[in-house]
This record gives sequence, C-alpha cells and structure tokens, in this order.
Amino acid sequence: MKHILLGDEAIAQGAIDAGLSGVYAYPGTPSTEITEYIQLVESRKSKVESCEDNPIFCRWATNEKTAMEAALGMTYAGKRALVCMKHVGMNVCADAFVNSAITGVNGGLVVVAADDPSMHSSQNEQDSRFYAKFALIPCLEPSNQQEAYDMTRMAFDLSEKLRVPILMRVTTRMAHSRAMVETVDTPKAQNMRHLPENAQHFILLPAFAKRNYADLLSEQPEFVRLSEELGNNVYTRGTDPKRAIVACGIAHNYMQEAGIAQGASILKVTQYPLPVKLINQMVADGVEDILVAEEGQPVVEELLRGMVPSHVRIRGRLTGDLPRMGELSPDCFIGVESVSKAESELKLPGRPPSMCQGCGHRDMYTALNEVAREYKEARIFGDIGCYTLGALSPFHAIHSCVEMGASVTMAKGAADAGQHPAIAVIGDSTFTHSGMTGLLDCVNSNADVVVLISDNLTTGMTGGQDSAGTGKLERICMAMGVEEEHVRVVVPLAKNMEEMKQVIREEINYHGTSVIIARRECIQTLKRKARK
Amino acid sequence: MKNDIILAGVGGQGILSIATVIGQAALAEGWYLKQAEVHGMSQRGGEVQSHLRISTEPIWSDLIPKGQTDIILSLEPLEALRYVPWLAENGCIVTSSVPFRNIDTYPDIEEVYAAIKRHPRHILIDTDALVKEVNAPVQASNMVLLGAAIPMLGIEFDIVKAALEKVFARKSEAVVETNIRALTAGYEYAKKNL
Repeated sequence: MKHILLGDEAIAQGAIDAGLSGVYAYPGTPSTEITEYIQLVESRKSKVESCEDNPIFCRWATNEKTAMEAALGMTYAGKRALVCMKHVGMNVCADAFVNSAITGVNGGLVVVAADDPSMHSSQNEQDSRFYAKFALIPCLEPSNQQEAYDMTRMAFDLSEKLRVPILMRVTTRMAHSRAMVETVDTPKAQNMRHLPENAQHFILLPAFAKRNYADLLSEQPEFVRLSEELGNNVYTRGTDPKRAIVACGIAHNYMQEAGIAQGASILKVTQYPLPVKLINQMVADGVEDILVAEEGQPVVEELLRGMVPSHVRIRGRLTGDLPRMGELSPDCFIGVESVSKAESELKLPGRPPSMCQGCGHRDMYTALNEVAREYKEARIFGDIGCYTLGALSPFHAIHSCVEMGASVTMAKGAADAGQHPAIAVIGDSTFTHSGMTGLLDCVNSNADVVVLISDNLTTGMTGGQDSAGTGKLERICMAMGVEEEHVRVVVPLAKNMEEMKQVIREEINYHGTSVIIARRECIQTLKRKARK
Repeated sequence: MKNDIILAGVGGQGILSIATVIGQAALAEGWYLKQAEVHGMSQRGGEVQSHLRISTEPIWSDLIPKGQTDIILSLEPLEALRYVPWLAENGCIVTSSVPFRNIDTYPDIEEVYAAIKRHPRHILIDTDALVKEVNAPVQASNMVLLGAAIPMLGIEFDIVKAALEKVFARKSEAVVETNIRALTAGYEYAKKNL
C-alpha cells in the first residue's frame, strides 16, 4: 500500500508493522507525531469489535526516563518496544539508555531521537549520534521517509539479533516532512511473552556488569561488519575518485539536489558505526579530498580524521566549507554566489511566536509581573513550555529557561544564596516531568521559594497531549511536604486579577516553600473539544 | 513536470490543509511529492511556511533551493514577501491581500502591496471578500487561495476538487460544499486576473 506519511508517521507505521507491543514517549518537537500516530491507529482499532489484534500500549509517559525504563521492562518480558523523544530527552533518559546497552534486551528495543538542528523548537542542537557511540550500539539515520519505514522494521530485527537497543536518529526535516511510503499489507505478529534465558544479564552488579560490558565490546567488530554489509551504507566509485562526498542521512538529499557530485565518489551513510571497509575502499581508489555532509554536529568529520591517511583533505562543518551551526539545505552546497539574490526591497519585520489570545498563562504573567514590580529584585525562573514565550514582548517576565524542571531547583539555589523573591514558573506537564523531585529538595530545606505551576491541564506546546499530573497536583505538592495552607489555587482570568496578585504577594512574603497553582484549561484544547 | 511551492502564512491560518489537498491531488496523478512542514513552537501566531514539491520525477530534497520556487502561495501578504529569495525568476506570487496584524512593527500595507506588484507574475486576492461572496466562512480562505493557484499547478481543477472532497470527507457534506465553493471562486478569479 502507498501512503503519504510524515517521517515520524513512517517510523510509527514501521514499528506497528514490525509487531510493536508498546510505545513509550514524552511529547517533544519534532518527535511527538510518532506516538500520536500509533495512538490514532489504536483508537480506530478499538472501534472495530472483531479486531483480534493485541493492543499496543501507547499512553504518554511522565518523562523520557520513565519511558525508557518501561520500554526496557517490556523488552525484558520478550516484547518489542519503541521509545521516542526529542534530542534533549536523550539527556533525561541517558542513565537508562546507556545502561540498557549493558543489560542488553530480550525483545527488540528501538529508541528514536529526533534532533532539531537550527533549534526550531529547542534550546540546543545536540547530535544524538554521539549517544549511540557513547553507548556502543548501532545507530540508523534514514535519508527519506521510505527508509524511515523500512529501517524501523529492520531495527527491531537487528535489536533482537544483536540483543542490544538500536538508536534511530532523525532530524526535524525528516520527522516533519511528508512523502509517499510503500508499506507491507500485513503487520508482523507481536512477540509472545518470554522471559530472558540468562537472568543475570539484567542485574548490573559490578561482577555481572563487567561480563556484559566485555560482551558488548567484543560485539563491536560485528556492528562494524553489519554497517559494511547490510546495504544501508553504499559506496559508489565516481569517475573522478580523487574527490569524494561522505553524505549522512538527509544531508545526502541536499547534496544530490545541489548536483555537486559531478564525478566524485559518494559514500552514503545511514548506519553507524562507520563502515571501515567502504572508507578503506575510498582511500584505495585514490581519494584526496573528502567533503563530509552531515546534519548536526561534525561527528563523522571528526571520526574520519582518524581513519584516512593524513594527506587526504577532509572538509565539512569544522573547516568552514559547510556552516558550523544550523540545519543544512541544498543552498549550503550550491554556494552563496550562485543563489538568487532577489531579496525583497521592503524591510520585513519578524513575526515571532506568541502565547494565544485568551491563554491563561497571559493572565498569570500579568498578575505575576505586577506583583514582582513591588519588590526591588524579584527573579522569576522559567521553564520549558508555551509559557517560555513569557520571555518575549509584552511580558519580558522570566529571567531563565534552561531545561525541564530547572525553574524549581534554580529558584531554590538562588534562594539558598539569599535571593528574594525567588519564583519558579513551570507548567503542569513539565512539573510532573522533572519538577517534583526539585520541589522535594525545596521542602526538605524549607527553601524560601514560590513555585507557580501554570496548569493548563495539558502538554500545550507540543499540541495538547495528556498531562501526567492532571487532577493530582495539589495532592502531589502536599505529599511532597508543602504545607496545606501554602498550596494555593487561583483561576487566571482578568476578573480575578486582584485576588491572584494578593495570593502571590502572600506567598512571596511567606519565607518557606509554597506552591501556587494557576489553573485554567488551554484554550486550544478547549476549542478542539468544542468542535467535537 | 515539477512544481515547487512555498506555502506561507501565520500559525493557525490553515496552510497545512492546502498542502494536504495538493498532496492528495498529486497522489491521484501518480506524481512524486515531498512536503516539509513546521510544527511546534512556530505555530503560536508566528510565521509559518511549508515547502511543497510535486514532480513527475523523483525528488531529492525536502527543502526547495533558493531561486527555484514556482509558486509562493500565501495567506498573508507580508508573509508572501518573506520567501521572495526562494522564488524563481519566472515564479508567481499568489497571496491573500488581507493583512494579519499581530505585531506592532507591521509595515504600511500599501508598501507591502507595492512590493508584491513589483513581481511580474502575481495574484493579489481579497480572500475576505471572495469567501463572503460565496457565503463561506473566513476559514475557507485557504481554499480560495488554493483555487487561485490551480492555473499554475499543472493539475486539473477537477482533480484538485476530487482531492478536496477526499480530504474533507470525514467532515460534513456542508463543509465539503462550502470549501468547493471557495475553491471555485479562487479558480475563477485567477483565470480572470492572471
């Protein structure tokens, strides 16, 4: 069958067709649509009563670490599991991820990391291929939607064969671009539940872990051999083999579109570790100049320097032949001079994103800003979500935004240093993702902070996915040890402005840990419900 | 035969529905397609664009190189101008003339129109007036715009219409009808004014 699928959807369909039993993920651009697609397929399936398929578990996880661990548990029980996240989610689940390479897997485990070069919707450009190298496992990097589908299916087989997780790395353009994908008609049946034969493999006591790690190291040549022989990496000798282009993943398309090969040899890379034999062949063919085209950081460019003789010139992002930061495009290869200079004569103002009209975060910030101005040096530590846009005009409300949960703990650290008022602003989903443990730290030293949870009952920025703490926030905060009278709830509406300001003022003036929950449903999810 | 299209607008205006309908039409014609979308942060009232490439030959890149775009299709006049560096020399700008003013720095609208009119091939279309004329809601502006692009698309009106019907099939009969009226109005306008 042929479908028009997003790269994310192609991965999801590939996983379903590979006999997936569970997808574990926390929403994050550009990875969100993988899980959403599986949820959609499942919701349609449940309407067909005669459907005999086993359901695929597809509820959102609280964060990437819980997702990774649950997936590892599912593969322990012999079934196939998929974990999806944006690149920075890899940092959150890194402990579980790296150690899952040491435990190994029983059922197939595929981890999808969606990188965001150019930071369209992220705070950095980190390249997830480093994580695969770090964990010593194979990594796949499809160059188009069809490969995304095919490679996902292949990845599950590979994972079970090699008994390690497989990392699949995509970037924004791959994740969020549509193309025709040919899929199989009948999905593979799910694995039967079967427990690991070697029970010790999952117990990472030093004595066992050493054995596992030695096994993983001894498997490395096999991983290289598969990179050389599975057909995902293809070396094509050119008519002018002194020149070569090593093109990884989606960068291969841009290079081809730009038409710069013109007789050069091409090594297309979509599987790591790097295929040593193919690189040696390129050298044997007399290569003198290699251009490395890769999306993200110069991973391959650096590795190649240790793999080819020193007289071979290697060019890429490190040498300035391609831009050091930002995502690639065909234009990067065509060269600036030949690109049309037809700029518009009118100076165009930018149109940055902003919080929606009628959004509760807006009323929350209006109240917070007014109260903050009453103090000499109020500091507001922000977090990751729609409310991060409170940094921009007209609010200019927050003074920091680093990573999920940092608002709470940075406010605590600043308060420990004597900062007052120290206020954290965090969304409900980000709070349960990574803010709760920080709140426990606050409580344990009765830190003089106000944690303002802007609760819109959803994970808003990524399009309105379920939020893990909905309906539980007050109880969570009190269970963490915040005193009941300092867990306050307000409704962020213009008509409640004076009351909101008073509550914020009172909790700032209380020199201990307090929580204010500003709760009003996201207007986007509200609108969507109204349409149904 | 190929058509490289940049769809432009402000988050929430519905450029992705245009892409979906063209994509469906391209699929029906057996063409290749690639379409890079913007999801996530930029959706919130910010500038959004989508690169849509359809071709009878396989397509390499998901992004259109600068200077190669055949049609800039924009739901907002200022946003149309943002992508002029991507426009081919004989490319065409098809844009709504209705400004979306959510920034203080929005330039004088007459200057925006003048900049669009400097391009030899352009269609400035008052989508507000046209949807009103055919008794359709403002949300159907995107289909007016799509209709206006059909003469340059290389795909017949009827194929696009059928694609629209398929895409909107899950909605009510009335929604499909309304959108077809909008599509037709845009198409007729373009034929008269190109």
